[in-house]
Amino acid sequence: MTWLHVYARFLCAATLLLIAAGGMVTSTGSGLSVPDWPNSYGYFMFSFPLSSMVGGIFYEHGHRLIASSVGMLTIGMAVWLWRVDPRRWVRRLGVVALLAVIAQGLLGGITVLYFLPTAVSVSHAGLAQVFFCLTVSLALFTAPGWQRTAAAGPTAPHASSLTTERLGMALPLLVFVQILVGATMRHTGAGLAIPDFPLVFGGIVPPEWTFSIAVHYIHRVGAGLTAAAVLVTVAHLGKHHRDRPEFLRPAGLLTLLVLVQIGLGGWTVLSGRAPVINTAHVATGALVLGTSLLLGLRVNRHRFPDLRHRDAYLAGRPTLAGSNSAPEATV
Amino acid sequence: MQQRNLWTVLSLLVLATSVACGGGETGGDAPAAAPAAPAFDPSTAGNVSGMVMFDGELPAGVELMMNSDPVCAMTATNKTSSTFVGSDGHLGNVFVYVKSGLEGRTFPASSGSIELNQLGCEYVPHVMGIRVGQTLNITNSDPTLHNIHASPATNEEFNMGQPIQGMQFERTFTTPEVMVPFKCDVHGWMNAYIGVVDHPYFAVTGLDGAFSLDSLPPGDYVIEAWHEALGTQTQNVTVATGQTAEVSFTFAQ
Ligand SMILES: [Cu+2]
Repeated sequence: MTWLHVYARFLCAATLLLIAAGGMVTSTGSGLSVPDWPNSYGYFMFSFPLSSMVGGIFYEHGHRLIASSVGMLTIGMAVWLWRVDPRRWVRRLGVVALLAVIAQGLLGGITVLYFLPTAVSVSHAGLAQVFFCLTVSLALFTAPGWQRTAAAGPTAPHASSLTTERLGMALPLLVFVQILVGATMRHTGAGLAIPDFPLVFGGIVPPEWTFSIAVHYIHRVGAGLTAAAVLVTVAHLGKHHRDRPEFLRPAGLLTLLVLVQIGLGGWTVLSGRAPVINTAHVATGALVLGTSLLLGLRVNRHRFPDLRHRDAYLAGRPTLAGSNSAPEATV
Repeated sequence: MQQRNLWTVLSLLVLATSVACGGGETGGDAPAAAPAAPAFDPSTAGNVSGMVMFDGELPAGVELMMNSDPVCAMTATNKTSSTFVGSDGHLGNVFVYVKSGLEGRTFPASSGSIELNQLGCEYVPHVMGIRVGQTLNITNSDPTLHNIHASPATNEEFNMGQPIQGMQFERTFTTPEVMVPFKCDVHGWMNAYIGVVDHPYFAVTGLDGAFSLDSLPPGDYVIEAWHEALGTQTQNVTVATGQTAEVSFTFAQ
């Protein structure tokens, strides 16, 4: 394990903490408790007295402090990758992560200054997940296991079936859409629009439709679809890739996480949106997304430039030229 | 091709979130109002007075948990919500005002400002009225931080911080609006409501539920009573010179 990989994992964990802290801001309704931005009550962010972090300010200002730390960690990540990583696309991904975290900070500021417009708050929630995915990806791409695959001999079973690959691509997208629906529900205050769980107004379909009920209902249906997609994927992997622990481990974790996540969703409703439960639901949602992305990337390992070029070379085919230029010796 | 797939996936993720925010707001300027009716002769005035009642037992006040701010926990004298206040079937904190019947009339601007204080981690008063254009003077009397977040539907929304005890600032409202909610997001329990009207005929009931709207021009009016949890009720009333018309409202849950 390299120090770069350790650092990437740390960035990933810090981002999850940041998402939880942001979740607490919304769950406790503290988003506007610090009216100005980027200052806090006129203070430069880092000189705001800790003793003044009372009530909602504890969550909002705390979120800003953690966010700044993650921002600086991301600068470090991008610079580090740029200096040492031989893979151009990984170096570029570090820059993309940096741009994403900057955009995320700006979105956070804009949503405060414009009193939490739904579109901006939902974008802030969505971009948070995208940034988390970027940190998960960077942690994976810097992992020894990932790079060992490229060093293994040409007979290494790094490829997987087309169905597996497609499931691996579809799952994180489905989870992401589900999270966006959840964020829309959250930022339009529709989290209790359907007050019972697991039933829906004592039945299966709402007796009447409003925007709040609809978005809430879609989130519940989405949960069912996501769980089904996870089960299909896990069953497929168990049947066809029993010898691939690097697939089965995230798949098992994903199954567990989805079950926990549905439980937390129900608990959020039944607890009347208790902030800690609600936030745990948000953070677990990020874990579901991150794990499904990890799985999706692993089953598509052979599509990445290093293996793709090597496979083509071994098969005697010309590598794809086009916009991505000639293969680099070091990819 | 496959690498492009990867990038397509990643850029789709980014794109999906960069949803543009809503379109710009348009100004709400109505066409110029008809010329004002002549100022009325005060000697022809009549009054409205009355009572706001609550049918049944008033719900118990909710205890406010203030331990998220030690200053509030220590200094607050009232730790019960002000939503339901009153006595003996009378309902307080009800905003009563002339909803219609004064159209086209203008009234001399009110001199003096209205005070909204933050004291003991609550808004004092909890419900109040103000004229369009009249100065609202907001003060933080607490040794802790408050943000003052007004979320009107038609007036301009604002959110300002008062981190230091004794800080003050002034605001005015440009459009009649009943009611403008005020909230402190630092202390989630702190809220207040301000009724903005373009005439001087409004009142807030005290614990005795009583109100009076004095010195109205004779005529027919719709009087509305607003309560933060119980909604609104209206009554029609005719005001005659030298007379006091009685109006009463009864709210129930
Ligand atoms: Cu406050």
